[in-house]
Amino acid sequence: MSNAHPSLPEFDYIKPESLEAATRFLADNAGVARPFMGGTDVFVRMRDGVWKEMYLVDVKGLDGMKDISFDDSKGITIGAAVCNNKISSHPDIRKHYPLLAEAADSCASYQLRNRATMVGNICNASPAGDTIGACLLLDGTLSVHGVKGEREESLDGYFKGPGETVLEAGDIVTAIHFPIPPDGFVGTYIKHGRNKASDLAIVGVTAIGFPHSASTSGYRFRLALASVAPTPIEVKEVTSILADAEISAKTISKAAQAAMDAVSPIDDVRGSAKYRKMMVRNLSRRALTEVWEKLRS
Amino acid sequence: MVMHRITLTINGEIERIDIPSHWTLLKTLREKLALTGTKNGCAAGECGACTVMLDGEPVNSCMVLGVECDGAEIITVEGLADDETLDPIQQALIDAGGVQCGFCTPGVLINAKSLLSRNPKPSEEEIKLALVGNLCRCTGYVRIIEGIKQAAELSA
Repeated sequence: MSNAHPSLPEFDYIKPESLEAATRFLADNAGVARPFMGGTDVFVRMRDGVWKEMYLVDVKGLDGMKDISFDDSKGITIGAAVCNNKISSHPDIRKHYPLLAEAADSCASYQLRNRATMVGNICNASPAGDTIGACLLLDGTLSVHGVKGEREESLDGYFKGPGETVLEAGDIVTAIHFPIPPDGFVGTYIKHGRNKASDLAIVGVTAIGFPHSASTSGYRFRLALASVAPTPIEVKEVTSILADAEISAKTISKAAQAAMDAVSPIDDVRGSAKYRKMMVRNLSRRALTEVWEKLRS
Repeated sequence: MVMHRITLTINGEIERIDIPSHWTLLKTLREKLALTGTKNGCAAGECGACTVMLDGEPVNSCMVLGVECDGAEIITVEGLADDETLDPIQQALIDAGGVQCGFCTPGVLINAKSLLSRNPKPSEEEIKLALVGNLCRCTGYVRIIEGIKQAAELSA
């Protein structure tokens, strides 16, 4: 009989004094050490035996990791250890990036959001990550501290597979930065789960739009999808379909069909691949229509 | 196995204890400090039975390491009552019949107390959303929600 109350396996808890020390330790112990923030994914995978690290490195107390700074020309920088509840309740985020607040609030439960972080969500690179669509469409950039020093990583091209990213041993993401969204920017996140809240997404659809004079339609739309491919994805065909022709129910349906054609979901306990594909089309149409209505109101 | 000496303030009392790295706050509370009011349900951050207040905010104590709490202030269900006088949320949950087997109750109480401190007059929808992370297999939630409404009215 399986143990209903499994404990965490033994490991050593490491709390480095500096980013340099943390990076050095992680690089020297590649494969057996892992950084963590809130631990809400890490502990579950350790407990289930999926990960077997000897060392968990607590990086959330390091320089600037818990800060949020906003500048009305440069945008917002959110420290990697800022929890989702702090993100969704921050006045500058609610005012200038309501889509981020919405995405941060859609994860799990209130208690878990007091520990879970947006950057942790991105580092874990789950195809189902609730906040990742918003981060992609808001052109998020990661600040990474690695063995060769500081660098920036765009989220475009960052995801390599389920749980796989461009990050290497010793890399610690210290913050995520978002530029100021274009004028008239609106967005929505539709999370389709087995219940109304708390569960992982069967399909997650993030859509945004803003006026764009260079497009034939006068608008630029973007759409990102979760839980329907090995990584979170942006469907770029949606942008071109809705840029090149007048926006109407017909062109939105065409864009939603393109989204359905772009995905490669799997069957799992939460839904079948076929169901997911159909829901991608339906929910993409709904999300794009919602964005279009917001743009016209 | 590396042991860590940590200092915690638990329900107003300062505790200095030695624990290994991999002990969660939940295990520390139950097995080191004999505070068994906090329950172990899923050990995966889903059910909320282990919810405690950590520096003023509710967390799943199964998803926090004990060693991370060095210097922290923790309130468990044992710390809600003032001597023999129950906290209004405890009394309201009893009065409303919101306790059946009682396994989810400690987590519900802590989370509901946090909700009422940040939103003293929550709507029914707001109560439901706040309790998303507290699973109850007995009550069907109706009387728990009723109890939280009553507690809000009592403290108005």
